[in-house]
Amino acid sequence: MKDLALRALDAAARRGVSYADVRALNIREREITTKNGKTGHAGSSESMGVGIRVVASGCWGFAATDDLTPSGLEAAASLAVEIAHSGTAARKGDVTLAPEQAYQATWVSPAGIDPFSISVDRNLSELLAVDAELRRTKGVSLAETSMHFERRRQVFASTLGSVIDQTRTLSGAGFSALSYKDGEIQKRSFPNSFGGQYQLKGYELVEELDLQRNAPRIAEEAVALHSADQCPEGEFDLILDSSQLGLQIHESIGHPIELDRVLGSEANYAGMSFLTLDRLGQLRYGSEIVNVVCDARPEHGPGLGTFLFDDEGVAAQSTDIIREGRFMGYMTSRETAAAVGEPRSNGCMRADGWARLPLIRMTNVSLEPGRQSLEEVFGADHAIYMETNRSWSIDDKRYNFQFGCEIGWEMRRGKRVRMLKNPSYSGISTEFWNACEAIAGREHWTLWGVPNCGKGQPEQVMGTGHGASPARFRKIKIGSAYGG
Amino acid sequence: MADEIFAQVLGAARSHGVTEIEAIVSSGEDALTRFANNAIHQNVAERTRHLSVRAVVDGRTARATTNRLDGDGVRDVVEQAIAIARLTEPDPELLPLVTPGPEGAPLPPARRTGSTTAGATDRAQAVAEAIRVVESHGQTAAGMYSSGITHFTILNSRGVSASHSETMARFSITAMAADSSGWAKASAVDMADFDGVALARSAAEKAAASAHPREVPPGRYTVILEPAAVLDLVGQMFGDFSATAIRDGRSFLTDRIGKKLFGENITIHDDAGHPLQAGAPFDGEGVPRQPLTLVENGVVRQIAYSRQAAALAGVTPTGHGFPLPNELGEAPVNIVIAGSDVPLERMIAETARGILVTRLWYIREVDPYKKIFTGMTRDGTFLVENGRVVCGVRNFRFNQSLVELLSNVEAMSQPVRASGEETFDMVVPAMKVREFNFTEVTRF
Repeated sequence: MKDLALRALDAAARRGVSYADVRALNIREREITTKNGKTGHAGSSESMGVGIRVVASGCWGFAATDDLTPSGLEAAASLAVEIAHSGTAARKGDVTLAPEQAYQATWVSPAGIDPFSISVDRNLSELLAVDAELRRTKGVSLAETSMHFERRRQVFASTLGSVIDQTRTLSGAGFSALSYKDGEIQKRSFPNSFGGQYQLKGYELVEELDLQRNAPRIAEEAVALHSADQCPEGEFDLILDSSQLGLQIHESIGHPIELDRVLGSEANYAGMSFLTLDRLGQLRYGSEIVNVVCDARPEHGPGLGTFLFDDEGVAAQSTDIIREGRFMGYMTSRETAAAVGEPRSNGCMRADGWARLPLIRMTNVSLEPGRQSLEEVFGADHAIYMETNRSWSIDDKRYNFQFGCEIGWEMRRGKRVRMLKNPSYSGISTEFWNACEAIAGREHWTLWGVPNCGKGQPEQVMGTGHGASPARFRKIKIGSAYGG
Repeated sequence: MADEIFAQVLGAARSHGVTEIEAIVSSGEDALTRFANNAIHQNVAERTRHLSVRAVVDGRTARATTNRLDGDGVRDVVEQAIAIARLTEPDPELLPLVTPGPEGAPLPPARRTGSTTAGATDRAQAVAEAIRVVESHGQTAAGMYSSGITHFTILNSRGVSASHSETMARFSITAMAADSSGWAKASAVDMADFDGVALARSAAEKAAASAHPREVPPGRYTVILEPAAVLDLVGQMFGDFSATAIRDGRSFLTDRIGKKLFGENITIHDDAGHPLQAGAPFDGEGVPRQPLTLVENGVVRQIAYSRQAAALAGVTPTGHGFPLPNELGEAPVNIVIAGSDVPLERMIAETARGILVTRLWYIREVDPYKKIFTGMTRDGTFLVENGRVVCGVRNFRFNQSLVELLSNVEAMSQPVRASGEETFDMVVPAMKVREFNFTEVTRF
């Protein structure tokens, strides 16, 4: 791998570029699912290739190939340089990169149990046991379970002199129960929707999730939702579980702080951001108890955004995004850091595989634990508690959002009064975070994985991490998804 | 190349005592030039190849995929597929591999290729011209121009061999003024079939016309949805026209087949042979795609059946199955919504008060059976009064049932090939729809 990366780098460097970096990747994945007592999908995949990024004539060029022969690497390097030169047809200025040290490093993410050492039949027997447990509840129409494992070894090499060898192993698992009855579909998922929980861990994650023990409750809730009351429409205090809050962070803080969006790079697709440069250090982005960091360092936890170096060779860092409610920082790259007066990138460039260009992506964007107990968070006189995301949508500048959850409860002084179906809430990002009045402490904090964040053209899908504990928000608009 | 690789696959499988084997051999070259702030800022190309092998062993099946196509890579991926298949539970509903011929009509022409793909210089020059158009309006341009070619072949040990090659080019552009924006996009098998300069002009004119947007309160409005907005919203429902989805209870068509669900004026086909459509004329097992009448005058008529779903239902497969093994079964993917002959301009001229929508964004399902979707308008939203566009308006959030929407269509244009960002390309008309449900307004 290292030789491959260095040969590709040499092929690019010999062509008169002002900068080049390459990433040689080997990706191995396993996907196992079940559906109503049978294997749904059983498969594995392997992919290996090289992406070559250059600056020539002041412009970027990038070419990727899976032809790893000397001639294949030469052709890709030549194409990357040709593409860079073509950019002069529409160039406004030369690409300038913030300085960064050269690193020689090797890192392997901790994985207690190598997931690829566990046999497929064991994966299946564990999932089928959960599946059977779900279908024991009368009224469950569709039981689905899944496990996903992935190992990525990447060697990064650049003309700065860096050679960085990183291997990241991640695991994911979860299940869902769907119930159709009389023209209504209800669904419950565990521990999260859209495939469950994902972390930078080995098979120990699956064991920690204790899927089978939670299956009966989730199946019963899916069926019970049919006879629950419709979530009311109006202004209520809102309590969110940590998984939904993780997605709220992702959409209303994580995306708006991507500096490339702010500067217009994503205007045609993912959109821009309400966090214009004049708001840095000025904007009240949350109540005083709201503290948010973007932290890729291993000490933050085993998140999908945890690494030692980003995909342009910048060391992992922790950046204050919101401190005591004030907006403090963006996610940056070597090209964009200067736009906010920073001498150095804060290390947020990530690429979806060898065939894609690194972009500014969330690492682990997390809400720090609060000082309230869980009882205090749930202790409002009257509130609505929502759990597990069902739908999510936000405008292209990241102001107006609407989320739906799988299940809700009306709460009075910490007690669940009644179950509510089809709960949803909406608002404006800054107003929502300013309404935060209680956040539970470290013991209730979970680092959630979002495995499916899309951005860029061609689109890239990235895994991001979001730590959160349950929190309460004052006077939030609830129920308008079913209004009108 | 595919035949040679498949010969190796067959040999490797037989050495493990396995005779039922299927392979998908694919390759592609794609390039994309992206621009923002009136300059090219991301400019990429990729060359990829894949071999995906499915083994069937004693009523069990599994798939393994690789991009290592040398002898060792082929042997390894076959061994992986067989090893995983042997570890799964037998599936009594699993069918043997498909045989050529009897399960469908002869394959339509398997190649859809336009002129040669654009090189880096061609793309850069086209982008530069488009940027100049937007700059001449005093605005800022962002967008992309992509072109590429893909080839793939499905082969199996029972003699199926189906190949498809296709070129595809896409151009999209957003023009941004101080407090407004406009957008346009096109896709075509032949890049000569769209004009980047014309798209740039359209986006710039929308940005200019929507300057200083007014805030109009949310509520029920007559809307005129341009084809891209129709595509991205209505396109969300076609995964439910699936026998497997209905069997699972996850489709909004459960208990609704044969019933009148939409307006009399709604007729929708799935037709891989339509001249404006693209994509392979066969499914993930190599079964030829049959045309379907999904909706006829508002009545849900036909749904898609994979081989397995068809066997369970006692009907003929329609050629819409996904590669096995999978949980979803099948779906129609060559949607053609029959339109009418009312041009967009006439829809506007005949509207007393309404909202003209260029594009929708971040569309997600709120209710899977009522088929309510939420999302935002974006990049060109206008107030129409007394038959003319009077101003731009701040963008709305909608929460709209598709069942209701397709029951409230008052006028349609001729269908066109439309391209958006939220679903795959389709052939759809512009639509004028009454009582569209806008629930909130954002800040811009």
